[in-house]
Amino acid sequence: MTADTVTRSEAPAQTVLEIDGVSRWFGNVVAVNDISMSIGTGVTGLLGPNGAGKTTLLHLMAGLLQPSRGSIQLGGAPVWRNPGIYASLGLVVDREDTYGFLSARELVEATAKLHKLPHPRAAADRAIAMVGLGSAADRRIATYSKGMRQRARVAAALVHDPAVLLLDEPFNGMDPRQRLELMELLHQMGSDGRTVLFSSHILEEVEQVSQQIQVMVAGRLAASGDHRAIRRLMTQRPHEFRLASSDDRALGVALLGLDCVSGIELEPPGLLVRARDYGAFTRALPSTARAAGVRLYQVLPADESLESVFSYLIEGGQ
Amino acid sequence: MAVAGVIARITTRGLLGRRRFFLLLPLPLLLIVATLIGRASGVSPDRWADPVLTQVGFAVVLPLIAMIVGTGVLGSELEDGSAVTILTTPVPRGTIVLTKLAVAIGITTLATAVPMFVAGVIVDSPRLGVGLAVGAFVGTVAYSTLFVALSVVSRRPVLIALGYLVIWEGTLVSILSGVRWLSIRQFAVAVGDRVASTDLVTANLSALYAVLATAVLAVAATTLAIDRLSAYSVRGETG
Repeated sequence: MTADTVTRSEAPAQTVLEIDGVSRWFGNVVAVNDISMSIGTGVTGLLGPNGAGKTTLLHLMAGLLQPSRGSIQLGGAPVWRNPGIYASLGLVVDREDTYGFLSARELVEATAKLHKLPHPRAAADRAIAMVGLGSAADRRIATYSKGMRQRARVAAALVHDPAVLLLDEPFNGMDPRQRLELMELLHQMGSDGRTVLFSSHILEEVEQVSQQIQVMVAGRLAASGDHRAIRRLMTQRPHEFRLASSDDRALGVALLGLDCVSGIELEPPGLLVRARDYGAFTRALPSTARAAGVRLYQVLPADESLESVFSYLIEGGQ
Repeated sequence: MAVAGVIARITTRGLLGRRRFFLLLPLPLLLIVATLIGRASGVSPDRWADPVLTQVGFAVVLPLIAMIVGTGVLGSELEDGSAVTILTTPVPRGTIVLTKLAVAIGITTLATAVPMFVAGVIVDSPRLGVGLAVGAFVGTVAYSTLFVALSVVSRRPVLIALGYLVIWEGTLVSILSGVRWLSIRQFAVAVGDRVASTDLVTANLSALYAVLATAVLAVAATTLAIDRLSAYSVRGETG
């Protein structure tokens, strides 16, 4: 499957970031390989396994790396060697290091002053309230947990109310409640007409927040489109399952009657089932077992690593 | 300027918070203690002032402090990634470099010119003290601009700085006399000698050349640092 073969359900309302044939290599390693995409308003998720080149692409978009080839423009202006773009762009990097000797309030207020905002204190208070740091905002950042540091960085990136916000793995280290709050914040920003792009290696995380998903694998754009199309691509794929039940032979016979099953092997102490369609099989399995009067003890996807899902997306296009 | 003030405050707090900075505090004290010992010995300063002031003051205290501070004001932040906070604001890169440089020169001057002045007063007179302090200031400007530029250009500024100090200024100057024309230590000594107008410190260069060379170096290194910071790339990652 290539980026060209999956069409978006709708074009971005307004292209804000234009990435045109961008590659970036470090010595012999190609981190980003000939990527073209247009990012419009709303929330876009950049999905891919670790090492796919997501961080490099975000750094390229943020003007912190020079493309080896191609160009990136923000609102028609090049991002490389152009500090002026930061008036309308915020970046949250996935790194532990920031000025640990400052409190979050000091960091955010200093950032507001560097942006020459008219009321830096008020802007800092607003940004800190948005990320919910509360009373911890006056403690030194060095004493924070990973999730709190992340929120401090988000507040600093938001303080000038940027039209474009780029976030690298923003949910890393956050607890479920913080994760939900940040998701709501990003969703709200997207609804307000801003452009939000965040990277993640977790599909569920991405599809909860973003309508548009760009999938990166091994430096390439593997697929792009609406989250439902990506979900379909990931579930409608051949897959193997290992099953254990109260009567493997009877279950095997029953499953062979399903269209979505292409083969079955009896492998004591269980069954190896080859399904044509991951989603259809997992939906049909419980009712089929119940109808055959068989009790399921174990259902193990035999090949469930995220990397294998992404590999399938790439191989599908070849 | 408010923006420069914010950068200067963050830089100073970051610098003073680093442990290796405090490891250098004994250096200026060492210089003063050495001059006090010389004085207490009763031996004429003609016989020990030049080695102490030149070999300890200008050759060790000044360059080491300038190196730690000069590579610390910007290089450490680029190395650990915290500089991204400042680099993702619209602040002109020239403002960032000039502010960091001003902090480096200010702190290094305080940590070197003041003890050099005190040492000069102990050895001979306030006039010698002023000469040494002015020499230290000129050396501070040259070293600081060089080391700040190195920290933007290279990922290993301390190693290169040490190589320059030990191999170029420490060894080659004594073997090849022409090298002194490109030695910051010699610039500082020349200006100090001229201002103090004393026989206690011996210079091998004219003070006018030293000042001009320092000015050329400072402008060239600062221009390079601004240009390189404008094209600064975060460290390569494949994530």
